[in-house]
Amino acid sequence: MIPLEWYLILSAVIFCIGLYGVLARRNAIAIMMCLELMMTSITINLVAFWRYGNVIDLSGQVFAVIVFAVAAAEATVGLALAISIYRNRDTIVANDLNLLKW
Amino acid sequence: MTGPQIAFLIISALTVASALLVVTGRNLVRSALWLVVTLFMVAAVFTTLEANFMAVVQIVVYIGAIAILILFAVMLTRKVMNETQPQTNSNWWMGAIVSGVIFVGILLMILSVDMPMRPADDVSGQIVGLGNAFVSPDAFILPFEVASVLLIAALIGGIAIAMPREEES
Amino acid sequence: MNLTLLTWLIPVPPLISFLLIVLVVNRSKALSHTVALTSVIISWIMSWIVAFSAIAQGHHYNEHPIHDHVHWLPTGDTFLNMGVAVDNLSAVLLVFVPLCIVAIFLYSVGYSNFGKHLDDHDLPGSPPHHGIEPLYSRFFAYLSLFAGAMLTLVVADNMLLMFMGWEVMGLCSYLLIGFWYGREYDNPKQTPPRIAAIKAFMTTRVADVFMLLGIAYLYAEAGTLNFRDIFFNEDLMYTLTHEPAVIGAFTIAQLIGLLIFIGTVGKSAQFPLHVWLPDAMEGPTPVSAMIHAAAMVSAGIYSTLRVFPLISNGGGHGANLTMDIITFIGAFTALFGATIAVAQYDVKKVLAYSTISQLGFMVAAIGMSAYVAATFHLMTHAFFKALLFMGSGSIIHGVEHGMHDVHEHIDPQDMRNMGGLRHKMPTTFWTFLIGGFALSGFPFVTAGFWSKDEILGDAWYNGHYIVFTVLCIAAFLTAFYTMRQISLTFFGKPRTESAAHAHENVWTITLPLVVLSFFAIFAGFVGVHAKFPVLGELFGKNPFGHWVELALPEAMIPAHFPFDWFPVIMSIVVGVGGLTLGYLIYGRNPMQSADDVDPVKRLLGPIWTMLENKYYVDEFYYAAFIKPAHWIGETLTFKIIDRGIIDGVIHFVASFFWKAGEGSAAVEQVAIDAPPDRMADGVRWTGDAMKYVQTGRIQNYLMYTVIAIAAIGLMFGFLLA
Repeated sequence: MIPLEWYLILSAVIFCIGLYGVLARRNAIAIMMCLELMMTSITINLVAFWRYGNVIDLSGQVFAVIVFAVAAAEATVGLALAISIYRNRDTIVANDLNLLKW
Repeated sequence: MTGPQIAFLIISALTVASALLVVTGRNLVRSALWLVVTLFMVAAVFTTLEANFMAVVQIVVYIGAIAILILFAVMLTRKVMNETQPQTNSNWWMGAIVSGVIFVGILLMILSVDMPMRPADDVSGQIVGLGNAFVSPDAFILPFEVASVLLIAALIGGIAIAMPREEES
Repeated sequence: MNLTLLTWLIPVPPLISFLLIVLVVNRSKALSHTVALTSVIISWIMSWIVAFSAIAQGHHYNEHPIHDHVHWLPTGDTFLNMGVAVDNLSAVLLVFVPLCIVAIFLYSVGYSNFGKHLDDHDLPGSPPHHGIEPLYSRFFAYLSLFAGAMLTLVVADNMLLMFMGWEVMGLCSYLLIGFWYGREYDNPKQTPPRIAAIKAFMTTRVADVFMLLGIAYLYAEAGTLNFRDIFFNEDLMYTLTHEPAVIGAFTIAQLIGLLIFIGTVGKSAQFPLHVWLPDAMEGPTPVSAMIHAAAMVSAGIYSTLRVFPLISNGGGHGANLTMDIITFIGAFTALFGATIAVAQYDVKKVLAYSTISQLGFMVAAIGMSAYVAATFHLMTHAFFKALLFMGSGSIIHGVEHGMHDVHEHIDPQDMRNMGGLRHKMPTTFWTFLIGGFALSGFPFVTAGFWSKDEILGDAWYNGHYIVFTVLCIAAFLTAFYTMRQISLTFFGKPRTESAAHAHENVWTITLPLVVLSFFAIFAGFVGVHAKFPVLGELFGKNPFGHWVELALPEAMIPAHFPFDWFPVIMSIVVGVGGLTLGYLIYGRNPMQSADDVDPVKRLLGPIWTMLENKYYVDEFYYAAFIKPAHWIGETLTFKIIDRGIIDGVIHFVASFFWKAGEGSAAVEQVAIDAPPDRMADGVRWTGDAMKYVQTGRIQNYLMYTVIAIAAIGLMFGFLLA
């Protein structure tokens, strides 16, 4: 049998890879992709805890589905913003967007 | 080392590898395609957990909708960034350190907790249960409905943001 | 059918209709009145199902009445509950209130000229001349809200919910009385609607403050506001009725009862807070019917009936100052209103004062422990007074049509300008006659006779001979002015061209009149005294009385009085006598022209002038309260105290400190300013140095966040390890 820890570690690895990407990438759309990685790592956690806990109680899966919904909403709005910024500023480099600088 | 464990290790290795390629790739289209692979491998992880419904939803929602959406966005915007430019910002090393520290922290936390749980043997009926849980007033109907409102709001917001203004067109 | 659920739903349709009309359908006038009418008809059907299933259960109903509540407001470790209940008293209201409301709604359709084209000369906020009311949808929205509030009040199981309905009705009455807010009069003595609305609102507000005090006092003493929990709890009632209140002469129950009764004085227009009601006639006539018959004034009496166990000090006998005050106010108002009504020319004002007078009858009845009689008169009065108001509206409407046909400018509400409408408007005439006879207490065949007789009988039996006499005089005057009104309006020859050209109204106006006149006759038979010869047996030995009295706990049910011929004969004599006298003076020799002097005016002289001016109460209030308030506000506080004294002192003090300030400014710059200035410099320098953190780049911020999270996580790990 696969120990629960393995799933959790896998999830942590993907989460941290995604986190690195979010912090390091220049392209806003790439940042969005890394965000999706982080979200999906969370669903791994939720489903794994469901599987190793009380399977009758489906809260884990329910929340995983809700994370899907949130991810979809985030992708929609985020990409729309990216396109809109691209259209207005002709760039999608996150570091160029510093209108709120001191 | 049993069969399932070997299968899991292979799947995880593929997942992590493709995730790394997503993060480090210079070509954004390729990155997006590697993202598809990663998400697909996560769906495979779900099947090892016998959460078949979740695996299907993962493929349909993430790969079918989100990843494709990202691909489109990449294609619409790719003329401003080509592969010759640096793909990471000047702070990338700090991001790496912070991520590493957090990973170590999580790892220590996972290892410090005793997890005696064994997976249950019988997971049949989970789809029916899930369906009931979403529409039952004493379960999750409220979060479910809120999620649907959120999606509508995101849909409308996406259209409103991305719609060209009058003076531009 | 789940009756409890149905009871919850009774007030809902009109409220939904209000929202629907306001938010959705207000563009379409036809849809607006369809929504409003449908909603009140649904409420009506539900109310009758609930009420008649309760009544069908007979005497056992009171053991398990419809009652349900939800936790509403947590107050510490208990909850303030909100709920609905139908007991024997509210079942009666559920019978007649929704019926009157439906009739009024239907009537409003015709009254607002539905079906005619919008006249371009009609402005919103003034009465329509010939076309449809410009604010038609808004009118139905207000009426719906009013109906919803009234029904909420009726089914409420506690004082607070009742008070909410009460206040919403207060708001609606303000909105509806001032519905023609743009109307102005040339005659300065006539009150325009917007002033009347403010007057009504402010006057009832004075009373409501006392009522709220009573409710708060009740909650403080009883810990609950639920009627049944209070009145049927013997220990609690014992405490309330035996402990002295903060004011010596009362017990707690009596004082609470008195405070709540003051609310009734305002809402049901009892002396001395009656002044708003006649001016409320400035609203459209369906509103007058709504306010003076079906809803608001009934609500006032209803609330007093509700707290009857408190007012009567647990049904206890002996000296009870509250009851004496109530009886006095009621009897006085009955006579007071009736005398004024005799000298009014405005067809609606007569009815307004008649309403004040009739409400006085009910209040006096409550004061004499005639619980059943008061409820009975409340019901019959609602029927015939709604009928009379709508009849008067029909008359006015008819005369207005005449005015437009002949292009004459007269006051369409002045009875001197009418006459001879009997042939022009037959349906209105006959129904008005029925209503008028019911109001006068025409013996045996009208509802008003039986209920008024019941009150007089109670007064006689309980030994209130003075009250009995006063009420008899009031009843005589009632019959007299009713006959005067009928004669001036319908008999003789038309005194103006407009009256000559008046014609009958559309069916939406006349149908409610016919329906209500049916009830104005037959509603009385349910309450005939059980021992009345022949008729008592025939009508089932007073089923109404036996039903209503069960709303009270057993110990508090007032004694049944034996049948006595004297009050019956008296009420026949005053009723028929008044009608006859009225006919002799006004009907047999009708006034020939609009300028004729009223025959009674010649007889009474200055007394008539006094009556016509309503005993100068409004003028007295103006001189006693409003003028002094103006004087205090304008002359005393503003000119003398504020300008003279306070400003003088302030100026003196200010100039003193000005000098002192100039002196200390020099000291300050050296000694005091320096340290804060250096501190401010420090803050500015730090800010300059730190501002570079704000890069405006999202990823930098995210980095800070993650670093902070990592640090906190490490700290926790360190602490826990």
